Amino acid sequence: MSVDTDTVRRIAKLARLAIADEMLEPMAKELNIILGWAEQLNEVDTGSVEPMTSAAQTALKKRSDIVTDGHMQEAVLRNAPLTEHGFFVVPKVVE
Amino acid sequence: MTDMTDLSLAEARDGLRARRFSALELTDAYLAAMTAGQPLNCFITETPDRARDMARASDTRLAAGTAGPLEGIPLGVKDLFCTKDVLSTAASHILDGFIPAYESTVTANLWNAGAVMLGKLNLDEFAMGSSNETSYYGPVLNPWRRTGDTAKLVPGGSSGGSSAAIAAGLCLAATGTDTGGSIRQPAAFTGIVGLKPTYGRCSRWGIVAFASSLDQAGPMARNVRDTAILLAVMAGHDPKDSTSVDRAVPDYEAALTGNIKGLRVGIPAEYRVDGMPQGIEAMWRQGARWLQDAGAEIIEISLPHTRYALPAYYIVAPAEASSNLARYDGMRYGLRVTGKDLTETYERSRGAGFGAEVKRRILIGTYVLSAGYYDAYYLRAQRVRTLIANDFKAAFEIVDVILTPSTPTPAFALGERNDDPIGMFLNDVFTVPANLAGIPGISVPAGLSEDGLPLGLQLLGKAFDEETVLRTAGVLEGAAAFTARPAQWWRT
Repeated sequence: MSVDTDTVRRIAKLARLAIADEMLEPMAKELNIILGWAEQLNEVDTGSVEPMTSAAQTALKKRSDIVTDGHMQEAVLRNAPLTEHGFFVVPKVVE
Repeated sequence: MTDMTDLSLAEARDGLRARRFSALELTDAYLAAMTAGQPLNCFITETPDRARDMARASDTRLAAGTAGPLEGIPLGVKDLFCTKDVLSTAASHILDGFIPAYESTVTANLWNAGAVMLGKLNLDEFAMGSSNETSYYGPVLNPWRRTGDTAKLVPGGSSGGSSAAIAAGLCLAATGTDTGGSIRQPAAFTGIVGLKPTYGRCSRWGIVAFASSLDQAGPMARNVRDTAILLAVMAGHDPKDSTSVDRAVPDYEAALTGNIKGLRVGIPAEYRVDGMPQGIEAMWRQGARWLQDAGAEIIEISLPHTRYALPAYYIVAPAEASSNLARYDGMRYGLRVTGKDLTETYERSRGAGFGAEVKRRILIGTYVLSAGYYDAYYLRAQRVRTLIANDFKAAFEIVDVILTPSTPTPAFALGERNDDPIGMFLNDVFTVPANLAGIPGISVPAGLSEDGLPLGLQLLGKAFDEETVLRTAGVLEGAAAFTARPAQWWRT
């Protein structure tokens, strides 16, 4: 499985990451080195082994479904690059 | 009287309680050391006004007899922890100007115990790196240099600001986070102690997420006792982090009995890697002898899947990172670079805001999670992770702790490994398995390399058995009697 520049462009699109054209080739090369190295995992017999998704050994705790905080409009908006009338301002998405 | 900044945390704590000096005097001594230490680039943000206010409040509580366990102790905070009303950057351009409206649980625990915040410490961008060279705020310099050489060395990463600041005496201790070795490797590179607790021991709430199934906060300090004191305050269940474990926090300082008679110490054959310097191999053998002399039994063990830990990690961690970092969209906080529409604004903001290493990991993570590759890479890596965790489970049927070197080399020079991603990854070869398995690990300074650089030994323990890890580390520390300090060349 080899990554070419079109693949890098496609992944970058999926990741919403602008990559300059001249960076596509070096990035493809680096990804191939890393992914090629990771292919040694194919040597391992993982046939019936369950995938490990968490290192926490306990069942997730439950809590009551109640409101614990709120009314923090100022705190929520304080770091936004652009706000107006108590809202986030984002580029227009509906014509 | 000797310089106050030479005292350990335990000594400073006792001195403050005995009123031999005030919290404000101690804090001022550290603020002066920080100013002198600026050439090392340890801090992204210094908070001297807040530090003095906190120290004054500590003095009031010390006088009133209501002192907390860390009353008046000046600490540095890795800038991956969100701190209320103080710039929190993760060393990334994309978090420009981000001033949280909340405090991370771990740092809140420290302040509630009376600790004083000196500032926010530099790190690799989003904790992705092993040399602190990926920081948007520039690399941190290791206070250590090779004998007879002025080449600039890295302090390790990603908690490189924390490790360098402690080694240079710019703070008494600091917080770190460890996803693949980011506490233990920099601790080893700078001659200090660093502990990665069991996954779930400390809350991750309010810590900028890198790889959520691997990230864990932990203490970094000058010695094992100071590390134990800090861990007791940092650890504990937090309703805001569902993966933090509801389990009593032991008195870790009381665990330092110095008695390891009958302790079974495992030496894993697979940690003898090709090309490891003689000095590190010799130190490892020496460490085993020290523990044996103290009454421990040394047992050769096997962790057969060790060699697959690094490649599994470099699939799992970027996959989780690509998902976690999706939140940086330029809309709610941080950098925004406007494009012709919403999608282009996302792409430009993220393209301009993330550095090269972060982009590389997001792309790898996106690739291994994408349709057609998920099973081949991500699912396979998660299965291998199970095998690595099983290796440790089997080993801990036979032994109580495992002794290994912390790193395969001492600190290297700035720029030395930047063209070789795999070579850089190999730094973490001894530390990554513990993150995958979720078990605790500590790095203890054990001696100097041939060219005068600190070397660390690592102890790994059973899940939630930090007490045995710390007790054994205390014995190792006593036997190694590591007292070397870097020359203060940065004070000109």
